[in-house]
Amino acid sequence: MDLGPYLVLATLEGAVTAAVLALTAVGLSLVFGVMRVVNIAHGEFFMLGAVIAWAIAQAVAGYPAVGFALALVAAPLIVGALAVAADMTILKRLEYDPERTIVATIGLLYIIQQLTLMGYGPDARPVTPPFNTRLAIPWFEKGADGWALIWPWGLGTTSYKLAVIGAAVVILCAVWALMARTRIGLVMRATQADREMALAFGIPVERVYALVFGLGAGLAALAAVLIVPIQQAHYLMGADPLLLSFIVVIIGGLGSLPGTVVAAVLIGLSDGIISVFFSPTLAKILATLLVGLVLVFRPQGLFGGRGA
Amino acid sequence: MITPKSGLKGTTRRAALKTLAGAAAGASLPLWARYTHAQTAAPIKVGFQVHRTGIGAAYGRWYDRTTQAAVKLINEGGGINGRMVEIVAEDDGTDPKRGAEVVEKFANQHGCDIGFGTLFSHVVIGSAPRAGELKLPYFVVSEGHHVASGKLNRYTLQPGITDVKSQVQAMAPYVAQNLGRKVTMVFPDFAFGHDHRDFFTAAIEAQGGEVLEHIAIPPAETSFTKYFPKIPRDTEVLYHVMVGPAVLTFVKELGEFFGGQGPALFGFIDSLEAVAIDSPGLEFLENSYFWEGMCRHRQPDESADETFYREAVGVDDRGASVSDARDVSTYAHMFGCWETLHVVKAGMEASGYAGPQDRAALIEAVEAMTDMPAGRDHPQGAKRFNGKTHQVFGHQYISQVQGGQLVRVHTTSIEDTLYPDEVDYTTQAF
Repeated sequence: MDLGPYLVLATLEGAVTAAVLALTAVGLSLVFGVMRVVNIAHGEFFMLGAVIAWAIAQAVAGYPAVGFALALVAAPLIVGALAVAADMTILKRLEYDPERTIVATIGLLYIIQQLTLMGYGPDARPVTPPFNTRLAIPWFEKGADGWALIWPWGLGTTSYKLAVIGAAVVILCAVWALMARTRIGLVMRATQADREMALAFGIPVERVYALVFGLGAGLAALAAVLIVPIQQAHYLMGADPLLLSFIVVIIGGLGSLPGTVVAAVLIGLSDGIISVFFSPTLAKILATLLVGLVLVFRPQGLFGGRGA
Repeated sequence: MITPKSGLKGTTRRAALKTLAGAAAGASLPLWARYTHAQTAAPIKVGFQVHRTGIGAAYGRWYDRTTQAAVKLINEGGGINGRMVEIVAEDDGTDPKRGAEVVEKFANQHGCDIGFGTLFSHVVIGSAPRAGELKLPYFVVSEGHHVASGKLNRYTLQPGITDVKSQVQAMAPYVAQNLGRKVTMVFPDFAFGHDHRDFFTAAIEAQGGEVLEHIAIPPAETSFTKYFPKIPRDTEVLYHVMVGPAVLTFVKELGEFFGGQGPALFGFIDSLEAVAIDSPGLEFLENSYFWEGMCRHRQPDESADETFYREAVGVDDRGASVSDARDVSTYAHMFGCWETLHVVKAGMEASGYAGPQDRAALIEAVEAMTDMPAGRDHPQGAKRFNGKTHQVFGHQYISQVQGGQLVRVHTTSIEDTLYPDEVDYTTQAF
């Protein structure tokens, strides 16, 4: 394949990765920013979203679009509710102590993963996308009689992949609006800035924490519902998003939403492009190297305001 | 503050002696209890190393069902040497490290007579050395060339399924003559995929063809489009073989990438094991070709033995479970469990196997086997066992997708699959 079409394809693939990664990582970043909790179980909330999407799609078999739309609404809510319950029964009891919550969320990771294995089984199962047409992308090439439109081999994407990118942009804008323009966002930012002062001003910090933990998990689940028609639901699928989310959050700066989005686009696109031109392993190596460099030279992350 | 010392009250010399005597009797109990039964009623224990979780889970589920069906048949026919067969199943998580531990449990904890049933090549390679050290006969159902290559040991045998080297060697002439000579290969990046890479590349070159590009994909990968641009434009045949939970995604993305254009497709059915051929998004597979170890869809000339096998395992005409049409089997591989257990039965009967002291005799009896005619114990077809390399050889099938149906278009002879010996395990000491 020629360089031009190659690059377009790589960018498109990378954009899908970036879109899903941005949603997942923003959830992780939100939880850390407001609650100072490093949520190791974040990838499992992602996986739960995909598995619940499969279950819902299965329940209304025959109408893939209806099932998917239902999953898009219900799966994040269910996962969010589970996360709220986990917050109130576990994290609150630990008084959000940074070290103990890490251990607790590691435990949560294994509990969710093994329960899924026992209930859902070890198989990867597909969810039918609501729409999926292959879109061939034309390219210009200078032939014998001037520039002509050609349709290169393999250069194409699907309508669903474009929709995932679009949906992610919309959701990220909504999260930004929630944080910056609403009262609940203000309360969250106040809690993030100074927990004691927020308490003193009568903000119900514990309820804010429960809400944030649920919102973070819900965002991960939403990302998973979007990706599950492209990939498949599998009980081990949470590991990669967790690792990449941490990479993104560290590069972007823990707790910084714009930084997280920029880092997700950076990692997603470079993963796509490096994977296509060189190898996926090299893409992972470079991402990890970048994390190392950021930690050494700019520990607060590219966009982090103050030391985390 | 005074702490009363009360914990050790009542420990007298007499009581201690009593406890010791009881413990000694208890410890020796399993030994004499087993000894009195050894020659009569005790079942033959087959340690079944099964991929219940991990990337091999779909295969594991069907290997389990096939094994249970074969054991039921053997036990209904009176067992082996008058003893029932008991399956002791342990999940290895499709993980080589756990595999070796499972083998150890079979030998030391469960007291199994043999180990059996491993599929994924990296698990076999991780487990076989331990089986050799523990002197546990280890019957693998794996397809990998590692048995016949001489990499393993005298205790590891593969008498129920053919290996990749013989399979691809038999496929290459058909591919070169009917599909094209410029091939690009897509394969998983571990031992099994490397067997495909090495042996098919050599085999197609022997047919005057060439492999333009090797594309190795990590076995735990979940998205594949990013690998496909590496396929050169002048490729005539795309040779694909993929395993793991994401095979459906792999094949779908392959179709989306080419969008109806592109090279001829020749795949190993591994890329679609446990996946229905009429899944949405797989329409582009129409007219493409697949290697099949055994034909998933019932062929018009199916033998009575295969029909019997199909019913015994509970598989319908399209290779899915009779109780759930969405639960598609790993039909091209799982017959290996059935046939291996019947080889074990024949070997134990020939050697008069009575217990672990006869393990070496069992291996010698299997090594002495040669031709295995088709029948209920070999429903996939006739086989020829090579006692020196511990590897069996058999017919291979090529099917074409026609109207959503896998239709067999070519059957290789056993001779097509033979290659010179690379090892003589019989020269190794037990």
